[in-house]
Amino acid sequence: MSKGIFIEGMGKRYGTGDTAVDALKKVDMQVEPGEVVGLIGPSGSGKSTLLKSLGAVIDPSAGRMMLGDEVIYDGGWKVPDLRALRRDKIGFVFQAPYLIPFLDVTDNVALLPMLAGLPNGEARQRAHDLLTALDVQHRAQAMPSQLSGGEQQRVAIARGLVNRPPVILADEPTAPLDSERAMSVIRILNNMAKKYETAIIVVTHDEKIIPTFKRIYHIRDGVTHEEAGEGRGFD
Amino acid sequence: MISLAGRDILNAWGKFIFTGIGLGLLIGVTLTMAGVYRGMVDDGKALLDNSGADLWVVQQDTLGPYAESSSINDDVYRSILSMPGVVEAANVTYLTMQVRQGRRDVRSMVVGVVAGSPGKPGWPPYLVAGRQITRSHYEAVADIATGFELGDRIQVRRNQYTVVGLTRRMVSSSGDPMVFIPLKDAQEAQFLKDNDAVLQQRRRTAENPSLNRPGVPGLLDAVIATQSSNPYVNAVLVRIRPGYSAEEIARPIRRWQRLTAYTRSQMEEILIGKLIATSSKQIGMFLVILAIVSAAIVAFIIYTLTMDKIREIAVLKLIGTRNRTIAAMIMQQAIALGVIGFVVGKITATFAAPLFPKYVLLMPLDTVAGFFAVLMICVLASLIAIRMALKVDPAEAIGG
Repeated sequence: MSKGIFIEGMGKRYGTGDTAVDALKKVDMQVEPGEVVGLIGPSGSGKSTLLKSLGAVIDPSAGRMMLGDEVIYDGGWKVPDLRALRRDKIGFVFQAPYLIPFLDVTDNVALLPMLAGLPNGEARQRAHDLLTALDVQHRAQAMPSQLSGGEQQRVAIARGLVNRPPVILADEPTAPLDSERAMSVIRILNNMAKKYETAIIVVTHDEKIIPTFKRIYHIRDGVTHEEAGEGRGFD
Repeated sequence: MISLAGRDILNAWGKFIFTGIGLGLLIGVTLTMAGVYRGMVDDGKALLDNSGADLWVVQQDTLGPYAESSSINDDVYRSILSMPGVVEAANVTYLTMQVRQGRRDVRSMVVGVVAGSPGKPGWPPYLVAGRQITRSHYEAVADIATGFELGDRIQVRRNQYTVVGLTRRMVSSSGDPMVFIPLKDAQEAQFLKDNDAVLQQRRRTAENPSLNRPGVPGLLDAVIATQSSNPYVNAVLVRIRPGYSAEEIARPIRRWQRLTAYTRSQMEEILIGKLIATSSKQIGMFLVILAIVSAAIVAFIIYTLTMDKIREIAVLKLIGTRNRTIAAMIMQQAIALGVIGFVVGKITATFAAPLFPKYVLLMPLDTVAGFFAVLMICVLASLIAIRMALKVDPAEAIGG
């Protein structure tokens, strides 16, 4: 039984009848805790649709999805509150950091556990620990606009991790960064995945980071194919 | 839990403060308009209070002396004075006109009161400087709003008067300050003609064979004498003995004297219900328009501020923020804007009120009602932005 994320036969159809389009036809994935996998594919291959389906933002049309031991989708959602599911079980890291501009770094990270009902002190402690681990604790009181691009992305990663979700969905997290910073972000994701036993799916076009994955899922015309990656640079 | 609204306001406090000031000026105008209405009502009540009367006796079937012209003989007061329950009865005239002082003139209500009897109905109840009128002619007591000073020479019609006393808050229902002069002068002022007109009238009277009969010496002089004097006043103000009701006294006056008598409550109804009714409606319309404009501005500002945060709202929704948290953020910002606007508006109205030419009365109850109205408007105005925010698809935070 998987402890990370397990997807089997996931499909997504837009429209009905003659105008129906199958954005996802058959997606099978499995990502173990502590593992970072790449999801790559050309434009229009279904990457974003898959990410939205995994993120419980849109409803898949078919298939099965498990987070840890819990079946969350099996022909329909099996959890009553998708918002709580996203908050507690799924972490998001976006192409742009999308930090809340009117909250400082600590509060950007601590907001999620607070929304989940954690006391303020405990939420801030979690944020502090993660920011320390990601080496941005010295900017804890800064506003997002005062951070560099790399710092912003590390804060966004901290936010994705703070509720200790079993899975993190990272949508092109290195796209706006130069090679050095991109590698730094991938290194951080690998370290965090191991440290917090989190399964991380990284959607990317970035040629620089593709060789760093040990496993890669290719998606083409809504169908995934798994292949081994080079796993270069990370143990 | 973090106050998202509070943090957003602190982050963009300049924008909020300046927007609040803009809104505040609008709210200040609204509060001032309400104050103008209250001032009109208060002027009306001050007119009644300061007259010192319990009963106003006027020409039959008129709404005089303030809302309509009224003319009754100046000896009527004697018969009223003899009625049981009447303590005092005094003749009074009211005439709104331009009173000249030097090179300027001031819109005033000239009140004729019986000279030498201060304390009687119609007299200014108190002075802030100088003394009451003691001579039968050519002395005046003026409200300080006229701008006259003690010793000033003022002109009413053709006659000059010396200001011997100053009083305060003695105004007509229109807010015009009062100038008190002796009754005889005031009666004359109401009907005083220029010299040419007097000559013309005398010539016409002399040429009228029925008024200038041969063999009836003195008839012409008597007729001319009646034409050049004015035995009429506008009202008799009556003060009632304690233990008697005004209506009790008014009833026989209406029945036997063939005059109309109004009690305090009836006179108040005439002043507020009839005299300033149109102005009240006018101000009411302004208040409604200002409320709508305020609501539109708040709605537009909050909508714009929310539009600026669409991506953040999508992220908040994606990471699991409840709808009510997002709605509360927007509503709290709208309320904060309203509170800033109200504080600015209240300060503006307080400092601007004394600058208005007419009395502006800012009542605490209106302020409280205004505050809650602003909050209500802000809450309603935020609903459009909230509706839009709740429709934001969390998927917008994810590319593609």
